[in-house]
Amino acid sequence: MTGTTVAQPAAPPAAGVRHPGALRAGRWLLDQSLNVFSGLVIVYLLAPIAVIIWFSFNDTHSRFNFVWQGFTLKHWKDPFGVPGLLDALKVSIEIAALSTVIATALGTMMALALVRYQFRARGATNFFIFLPLATPEIVLGASLLSLFLSLGVNTGFNTILIAHVMFNISFVVVTVRSRLIGFDRSLEEAAQDLGANSIQTFVRVTLPLIAPGVLAAALLAFALSIDDFVITNFNSGSTVTYPLFIWGAARVSIPPQVNIVATMMFVVTLIAAVLTVLQQLRAEKIASVRPEQEAV
Amino acid sequence: MERTLTASSDSRAAGGPLPSVRLVGVTKRFGDVVAVDHVSIDIARGEFFTLLGPSGCGKTTTLRLIAGFEEPTEGTILVDGVDMEGVPAFRRPPNTVFQSYALFPHLSVEENVAFGLRRKGVDKKEIARRVGEELELVGLAGERKRKPRQLSGGQQQRVALARALVNRPAVLLLDEPLGALDLKLRKNLQVELKRIQREVGITFVYVTHDQEEALTMSDRIAVMNRGVVEQCDTPEAVYDRPRTTFVAGFIGVSNLMPGVVVSANGGPARVRLDSGVEATAQADGLRSGERCWAVVRPEKLTLLSADEPAPPDRPSVRGLVESSLYLGTATQFVVRLPDGVTMTVLVPNVDEEARRRLPGAGDDVRLSWATQHMHVVREEGSRVGEGAATSGDGQRAQAPGDSAGPAEPALTEEGK
Repeated sequence: MTGTTVAQPAAPPAAGVRHPGALRAGRWLLDQSLNVFSGLVIVYLLAPIAVIIWFSFNDTHSRFNFVWQGFTLKHWKDPFGVPGLLDALKVSIEIAALSTVIATALGTMMALALVRYQFRARGATNFFIFLPLATPEIVLGASLLSLFLSLGVNTGFNTILIAHVMFNISFVVVTVRSRLIGFDRSLEEAAQDLGANSIQTFVRVTLPLIAPGVLAAALLAFALSIDDFVITNFNSGSTVTYPLFIWGAARVSIPPQVNIVATMMFVVTLIAAVLTVLQQLRAEKIASVRPEQEAV
Repeated sequence: MERTLTASSDSRAAGGPLPSVRLVGVTKRFGDVVAVDHVSIDIARGEFFTLLGPSGCGKTTTLRLIAGFEEPTEGTILVDGVDMEGVPAFRRPPNTVFQSYALFPHLSVEENVAFGLRRKGVDKKEIARRVGEELELVGLAGERKRKPRQLSGGQQQRVALARALVNRPAVLLLDEPLGALDLKLRKNLQVELKRIQREVGITFVYVTHDQEEALTMSDRIAVMNRGVVEQCDTPEAVYDRPRTTFVAGFIGVSNLMPGVVVSANGGPARVRLDSGVEATAQADGLRSGERCWAVVRPEKLTLLSADEPAPPDRPSVRGLVESSLYLGTATQFVVRLPDGVTMTVLVPNVDEEARRRLPGAGDDVRLSWATQHMHVVREEGSRVGEGAATSGDGQRAQAPGDSAGPAEPALTEEGK
């Protein structure tokens, strides 16, 4: 590791002797300490992902993919060549997409209501919206399952979807709400003043301005949904999502295709993250108009 | 409590038979707070009408009531004779220029201005033509593709104006539109706003706390205080003949001398000031024995040295010069009268010779004025402390007798 070799000269100077070389190295390290630290964090975060990508090229002959046996592209030529994997992936994407759309729509409306209106259940809603974020997943999953069982609902695709919408809503509400606080209401009044009814005002003014927050919330929801295991495992019935498939496969064998799909997901996530950051930068530029005007 | 809601009781610049905007006994309460208290105004077509007052006086709330962002608790608002009750803001004829401009940050200048016409479903070519014309009018034709954040404060203000004017509203509501701009730009835009208003002939309802701005631009001014219209009149009348001590103090320098009405019979009243001077002055609705204040504007006072004889037919009082200040066009004196009241006097600097003869600090002087320049207003102790609850619309000729008897003599000092 680069970090440790760099750290070597930083050894405290020998007692009493002020070695100029050691001193210089020490100062250099002090100046660079934030860079070094950031580098270490990035390595720490990316090392497991690097291993996943690396082992997707492993020419493995055993059932497991834990020992490097040589480079090959043969698995990449047939990324879904494992029975059940593609179906599981499809189910996961479907659930993630559906739950994202539903949770984003509901969550955005809830955030609007919570920020804009005074109503009796407001305090309670504001409090309970945090509960799914704070409750251990295993508790949520188990209690949902017992709820479904006592209601006589067969677990499967629909129950997974309901569960995912539930925990996603909290994230959406919290994300969108932060965007709505500080929203200049006179912009909506201006729209109404110019003849826009409430729907036109929302579509033409409110939504475009909170879009970065809504988009960030949707991306977060999608990411949370597609890799959820604990809650899904309780409520899946016979439906198999991608995380459940890997869990099942790991007990028998782990084909390199699992690494390939993981790599694909990582790349897609990376692109989405970059897009979000760009969008946020744009949004900040828009928002920066406000304080200037308020300087009265 | 009885109130006479005579909408036409205010003296008003002659307009069409149908007022552009009419407020009849409009009251707005937010919980226990009375923001607007029984306001009745008629605004004529094509008039430049200003709501003037200190912050919190209810002027912006009045504007928001006309725009439809708030519904009145009581009273009626008519625009072009149509009752606006229950009509949502997006269906009301007036357009608004917001204090913060409220330009849509995600839309270009052009799209901002076109917003209203698009909502009305105007033909695309027509929109392009009218938006072009409007941007021409406010001098922003070259900035049509830019976003609001790329414009200066003055330019943003013009876009806000163009965005409202392009819809050719019957009434334009302006909420301190120049408040965020620096002095020089504000002066320029005052002239420009007045020009545009004359050109397009739209009724302007203008909200400001700047008395100078109100005096220069308006056809008529409604001076508001604590939710009440204290006086509604032309700039000249509001300045020369204030009806209340508040108006006298808020517009210009307040030169108030306390006194008592000796005799009154509807027209001119005989007033004895606490400094001993007796004079006859115009005093609307005052009764004998009532406490009152006499107002004389600083430039209407003549400064004489103490040994000069008092001119006949002109009331005069003796005083002591506390300070004198050279202002360029005039010299400003602060003179303390025997009863402790201080008066401000403005003496124009006509030539240096005359200036050299002017008294300095510590000199005994005599102040005199023409009776027609003295205006008497009622003591307003009752209003202070009791808030807006006791006040009527300030337009009444007759106070409701004993029910609002003055308690402590005190002056409303806001707005200074």
